[in-house]
Amino acid sequence: MSSFALILILLVYLGILFLIAHWAEKKENIKWANNSYVYTFSLAVYCTAWTYYGSIGVAANSGLNYLPIYIGPIIIIPAWIIIMRKIIRISRVNNVSSIADFISLRYGNSRFLGAIVTVVCLTAILPYIALQMKAISETFHIVTKTQANSLILFDTTTYVAIALALFASYYGTRYVDASEKRKGVITAVALESILKLFFFILVGIYVTFFVFDGFEDIYNQAVTLENFKEKNTIGGLEQAINWFFLCVIAMFAIFLLPRQFHVSIVENNRERHLKTAIWLFPLYLLLFNLFVFPIAWGGNVLFQGENVNADTYSLLIPQFFENTTMTVLVFLGGFSAAISMIVISSIGLSTMLSNNLLIPYTFLGKLISENQVSNNKTIVNIRKIGIFSLIIIAYLIYRFFALDYSLVSIGLISFVIIAQLAPSFFGSLFWRRGSRLGAIWGIIIGFSICLFSLLIPYAIGITSTSSSFITNGLFEIALLKPFSLFGLDYLAPVQHAFFWSMLGNTLTYFAVSVSFKGNYRERNYAEMYVDIDKYSNNHENAFVWKGTAYTSDIEKVLVKFLGEERTKRAMNIFNVKYNVAKDQELADARLVKFAENLLTGHIGTASARILISSVVKEEKITLPEVLKILEESKENITINKKLTETSNQLQKITSELQKANETLVRKDVQKDEFLDTVTHELRTPITAIRAASEILHDDDEIPEELRKQFLQNIISESDRLNRLIDKILDLEKFETGKQTLYPSQNNLIATIENSIEPLQQLIKNRNISVYVESKDTVLAYFDNDRIVQVVTNLLSNAIKFCPETDGLITIQVKKKDDFIETSVQDNGKGINPNDFDVIFDKFYQASNQNFKKPVGSGLGLAICKQIIEHHKGKIWVEPSVKGACIVFTLPIKNIEN
Amino acid sequence: MKKILIVDDEPNIVMTLEYTFKKSNYEVFIARDGQEALDILKTNFPDVIILDIMMPMVDGFATLEQIRKDDNLQHTKVMFLSAKNKESDIEKGLALGADAYMTKPFSIKKVVEKVEELLG
Repeated sequence: MSSFALILILLVYLGILFLIAHWAEKKENIKWANNSYVYTFSLAVYCTAWTYYGSIGVAANSGLNYLPIYIGPIIIIPAWIIIMRKIIRISRVNNVSSIADFISLRYGNSRFLGAIVTVVCLTAILPYIALQMKAISETFHIVTKTQANSLILFDTTTYVAIALALFASYYGTRYVDASEKRKGVITAVALESILKLFFFILVGIYVTFFVFDGFEDIYNQAVTLENFKEKNTIGGLEQAINWFFLCVIAMFAIFLLPRQFHVSIVENNRERHLKTAIWLFPLYLLLFNLFVFPIAWGGNVLFQGENVNADTYSLLIPQFFENTTMTVLVFLGGFSAAISMIVISSIGLSTMLSNNLLIPYTFLGKLISENQVSNNKTIVNIRKIGIFSLIIIAYLIYRFFALDYSLVSIGLISFVIIAQLAPSFFGSLFWRRGSRLGAIWGIIIGFSICLFSLLIPYAIGITSTSSSFITNGLFEIALLKPFSLFGLDYLAPVQHAFFWSMLGNTLTYFAVSVSFKGNYRERNYAEMYVDIDKYSNNHENAFVWKGTAYTSDIEKVLVKFLGEERTKRAMNIFNVKYNVAKDQELADARLVKFAENLLTGHIGTASARILISSVVKEEKITLPEVLKILEESKENITINKKLTETSNQLQKITSELQKANETLVRKDVQKDEFLDTVTHELRTPITAIRAASEILHDDDEIPEELRKQFLQNIISESDRLNRLIDKILDLEKFETGKQTLYPSQNNLIATIENSIEPLQQLIKNRNISVYVESKDTVLAYFDNDRIVQVVTNLLSNAIKFCPETDGLITIQVKKKDDFIETSVQDNGKGINPNDFDVIFDKFYQASNQNFKKPVGSGLGLAICKQIIEHHKGKIWVEPSVKGACIVFTLPIKNIEN
Repeated sequence: MKKILIVDDEPNIVMTLEYTFKKSNYEVFIARDGQEALDILKTNFPDVIILDIMMPMVDGFATLEQIRKDDNLQHTKVMFLSAKNKESDIEKGLALGADAYMTKPFSIKKVVEKVEELLG
């Protein structure tokens, strides 16, 4: 394929990515661009050209050694749900926009530490970007079958690099606030992650099933090759230690690489996206490694004895079989892997470069004297030029230093260097005593050891036997041989450098931290970092600061970077959040921290602190004082929490009490009305008895017949009085729950017949016909005596209201799903529909004191209702054309509770 | 002969009053609720009415209101005889234009005395 055609394809491809980024940026709120899958796939920026091409090279040349780079992250990722969440919270509340911000803020917002972290990152990542450049450039030449031109200006890939640099510098600097989310770039990166995996699996399937005859075929042919066995075992204890160290290196890298920090922390929108990431990302890594081995050994079989770069097997194999489409697709996958790493890394690095190195050390003076518009321009320009030059410098490093090394060896050097941030980084999360000096010296010592045992030898050239530095050690001292310091000779160079540098780094960090206490500011941030969960909602409260500051001074500084309007808005938010009066003249600690946070995204934590402290007068606080204040604030938070809880509880109790009180008042009124009615009901028979007795007592001339009548009245009224008292007590027992039922399986029909029996005489006297419309046995679960009481009551009412002639009472028993429905219907004058509900209330005339209930004593139906409801049944009036119809239900089986 | 209307829904109470007033030479009319009473009062104009309050259909208070609207009954004395013995009920009864208010249970002698007194 011609260079021209390939460049055209690349341009179209870049154009599409550009459009997608643009689209996602515009519609930043739609689900497509803002979900946990985009987040997870953007994490796969971890898989660069190193994974895409380099793994195959390692697998082909040294077997299993390619795996630890993925095993390390896979092992640690489940712990993200705790560790990453913490880092994300800290970064969110402090507006952290890079790992340099993150580390330097913890150690007292130290400008120097931020600068050192930036330098370490630059040293680590520039060769890493160079690695990507190398991959793009070499594969470009393979696909186009051209040779790299030794004159840099005549090499086509130089222009690809420049195009990339322009693309990244345009897209990486859309926002002045570096902690803003870049939805566009992230969506594009996520898409690239899907594409590179897809193309890689595509070529894997192609090699395994089309070039060869499946996995077994590759194995059978590869097993005959030289050294197959040696390359495919871990290789004893020494190799196992090498393996172990590689896993640890990769484990650190997944946290510390600036691009990983950027995608996983700075670009995280929701903590819950982590939940998807912790399963999907390891799965992605595993999938990516599925076809590494088949491609590597397939290549070894195909190109046996030929001198080809195993890194590029995935291109060479389809090209060997003249499958141009497959070759180009593989190339595009590799290109995707490379550019997403380049873009994200350069965004991260340029932010650090501007916010942690250039602005705090050089531009700050200029920025403070200018206005917002020009400041924003300056900041964006610093970053634009930063990204552009980083990519160009990386390209130059590739051209002048890294031409000879394999992709993996350059990548590993980056990993070891970036690992120097590990002690101070992880220390910041879990150890309060870690100090600024400890962090600085730890990183310097570790970095120096890397320089000595890795960077310098690699710069000289490890294979160069002429260097006495490498073969004989520094100053010819054998203990200072860069690849076997102090006689440790069984580790590979990378693991060796990692071991000594981490040892030196960690020991120094601990020793210095323990020996020299940090200042109050370090301790303040230490508390905030370690206990972030306590402070994440009101972290400004956790910032300890004493001194005098004027709100107007702080506002002036803010305006220079945010502009009038955003400053006003931010101040409003602050005032509302902390309930501060609008025209507060003096600023407090919270406002100081709030203002620092606002500036942090624009100019970095260190510069933000410098700017704010230039307009406020801070008083020194002693360490014990800080601890005391923090303790108090912690206590306050706990007390506040408790108070809120208690107050919530009180509120709940109050409303419950209120309800209870309302119920009581209502019940009291009901009780009064009930008593009223009861006394009235009791007085009525007493009145009759008293009047009759008086007449009998005083009147001797009373006719015999009438005398007997009066005596009869006295007897029946006494009975009535007694029944009434019984009913009242009955009802009272039901209502207070003292009444117990003795339910069992009974034949309802028999119960009804038994109820009718004692009333037969009355029925006969009134000439009423009673029909029970069911002859079979109907079993139900009830208390026989009680249901006799209910049926008797309903029958008595029905009898009372039947017309003088042709009275008819019909009792129907119907079986429903899981209950029996019984209705008692008469052909009397019926019940007023308005009374349907109230007739079951005791003395229901309570609502109109002067009306009398049309039925019975006023307690009968109320008792019926209680009995039926205690059986878990229902009782109601069924509307009917003629007469009254009362229906009740009973359960068929025992219903527990 | 004086005419008396007894309005009460309790037959055993009515029986005692009916016997006593008949014996005292009254012409006795009986109604079992307010509605029945008002029906009787369309054609009969008793000198005195003994009125219960808690009754089905039309209660005693409503009955009295109707009675007081009737020109034919201008001179009819009305006495409540009720088990409702609260101050508020008694006041209400008198305010509606009752001439007397006695509570149940009652002494039959005193009821007769009261009626005699009302009729002067």
